[in-house]
Amino acid sequence: MKRLEQTFTDNRTKDETTLVAYLTSGYPHLGETVGLISAAVDAGADVIELGVPFSDPLGDGPVIQATGQAALDTGTTTAATLDVVAEARAAGVEAPIVLMGYCNPFLRYGLTQLYDDARSAGADGFVVPDLPVGEGAEWLAQAEAAELGQTFFTAPGSSPERMAASAAASRGFLYVLAANGVTGVRSELDPGIDAYLERVRAAGDTPMAVGFGISRPDHVAALHGKTDGVIVGSALLQAIGAARDAAGRRRAVTGLISSLKAATR
Amino acid sequence: MNGRFGEYGGQFVAETLVGPLQELEEEYQKALVDPEFNAELDKLLKMFVGRPTPITELHRLGVTENGVKLWLKREDLTHTGAHKINNSVGQALLARRLGKKQIIAETGAGQHGVAVAAACAYLGLEATIYMGRVDAERQAPNVQRMELLGARVVLVDLGTATLKDAINAAIREWIARPDTTHYLLGSVVGPHPFPTIVRNFQSVIGREARAQFLEENDRLPDAVVACVGGGSNAAGMFSAFLDDPVRLVGVQAAGEGKGGQGGHAAPLLYGDPGVLQGTRTYLLQDDDGQIQLTHSIAPGLDYAGVGPEHSHYKDTGKVEYISASDDEALDAFAALSSQEGILPALESAHAVAGALKVARQSAPGSTVLVNLSGRGDKDLTSAMAALKQREETAR
Repeated sequence: MKRLEQTFTDNRTKDETTLVAYLTSGYPHLGETVGLISAAVDAGADVIELGVPFSDPLGDGPVIQATGQAALDTGTTTAATLDVVAEARAAGVEAPIVLMGYCNPFLRYGLTQLYDDARSAGADGFVVPDLPVGEGAEWLAQAEAAELGQTFFTAPGSSPERMAASAAASRGFLYVLAANGVTGVRSELDPGIDAYLERVRAAGDTPMAVGFGISRPDHVAALHGKTDGVIVGSALLQAIGAARDAAGRRRAVTGLISSLKAATR
Repeated sequence: MNGRFGEYGGQFVAETLVGPLQELEEEYQKALVDPEFNAELDKLLKMFVGRPTPITELHRLGVTENGVKLWLKREDLTHTGAHKINNSVGQALLARRLGKKQIIAETGAGQHGVAVAAACAYLGLEATIYMGRVDAERQAPNVQRMELLGARVVLVDLGTATLKDAINAAIREWIARPDTTHYLLGSVVGPHPFPTIVRNFQSVIGREARAQFLEENDRLPDAVVACVGGGSNAAGMFSAFLDDPVRLVGVQAAGEGKGGQGGHAAPLLYGDPGVLQGTRTYLLQDDDGQIQLTHSIAPGLDYAGVGPEHSHYKDTGKVEYISASDDEALDAFAALSSQEGILPALESAHAVAGALKVARQSAPGSTVLVNLSGRGDKDLTSAMAALKQREETAR
């Protein structure tokens, strides 16, 4: 949690947008995930959002859903993902790592055990897309007990009251959905995004990271100064999926993350 | 309305849907006390749906089981042939109040899809129906009906390509267009306020059945039985009897009849609490919380979750949940058809099979009221094929 806060604070001081890179744990293989995390961080990713796959990921579009299914098919679990985090730390990764996953696998693991084990493994927080603030009290209590971040969401249609509630509850950063709908590459940012981001900014001073549809350096550049962070997922996973072998996948991550990072300044 | 049934229910959804769900709840609360809305709903139920549906006393089936008298509540006689139309008409009126002309819905057996398509056609709304490809193949007549009624049918190939995946697809579509569309959920599942709204629109079944049974028998039935997939027909039926000294029995799909070994769709018997599709309820899930594959010969019961209110009734013992296998449902399907002249939906055949089990445990002269939630025309091809295959295997 401290590492997460520090990253956003440092980048704000440097006038850089924090770049959050989303990777699906276990995609394409569990054995490659640590290498892909390292490649992303080495290329400039400030925060890693590591997806724990779920059979019914309602907030995800076809790209992330397919990577999740592929990861499940090769046996990726919540416990295996915690091991990935521990291995990444052992391999010297120092960037904050937040775990993204849906309620059910986390509940099945047991919340108290989950937050304890996540802290032990070296994770920094949780992002749970089917957990709105109204359902989040117990999760938040566990996060605070384990000193981990807990991210809630705002959507374009969220009322000012709901934006304020989500911002106030979030520990680490607030996830700002750039658009209605599920995750996925979109060619253009919504024309109303600037006004929306101003509304979010007015809702509280929790660092905000914009995700859903951010895929290109020009998107990142266009958001400079309007948000604390940006989150890139589907575009990164598409690049990984298009590569032929493990080395190619790491190169794909390095290439895309470097170009996105350059646009954060 | 607080959205909880004991520890079940809630609103586990993307932030994008919290506003639309709140808007739906507020509009529903207004509609509940609006005499004009209620008058229009009553009129539609009478003039379009064909309510009240009768109750029918059976003369052969059940009598052989301990001399018990079975009665059916005939939701198969509604327009479009299943209880689903009650909720579809109600929610379509709500959508119109919300100013939403586009309706999205999911369907398993196709009965909800047909009901939505019919209600939307009548009220001038656009309907898009999501259906798993596997379900569409086994319920082809209903796909044709939906299309004739002017709906767009989208086939879903993901996951098991059954009801769960159709619900996922519909929710995703709703997340993308929450401002202009209403998601007309077909069962007492999903996030608050859907389980409550759908149960209330289906409570007409129980109200009518209770009054009709009293009028015919001067007493209440000893037991009331309904099938439970998502559980909307059962929730509507049971709602009228919750304060009565009546045994309430929900029948889940035991599928291949292997108990807890998979190949079924009975989370209330073999599942554990978890969160699926916006609600906390009993689920079929593995040790890592992934949703498991299900199987039932009845597409409308082929679902890994169940309405949260049923989960609460299970824990409190208010309702007893038993199961009927594919084979038992096929037996009931054939028996009700040949002995009583009534062709039930395979979903409803599970209720009949469950009622026969209840009858065997009941004292002679007891009465059992079964909700016959839908008619079986849609199942002719798959049920006849299954019966034939069974005959061949037995030879």
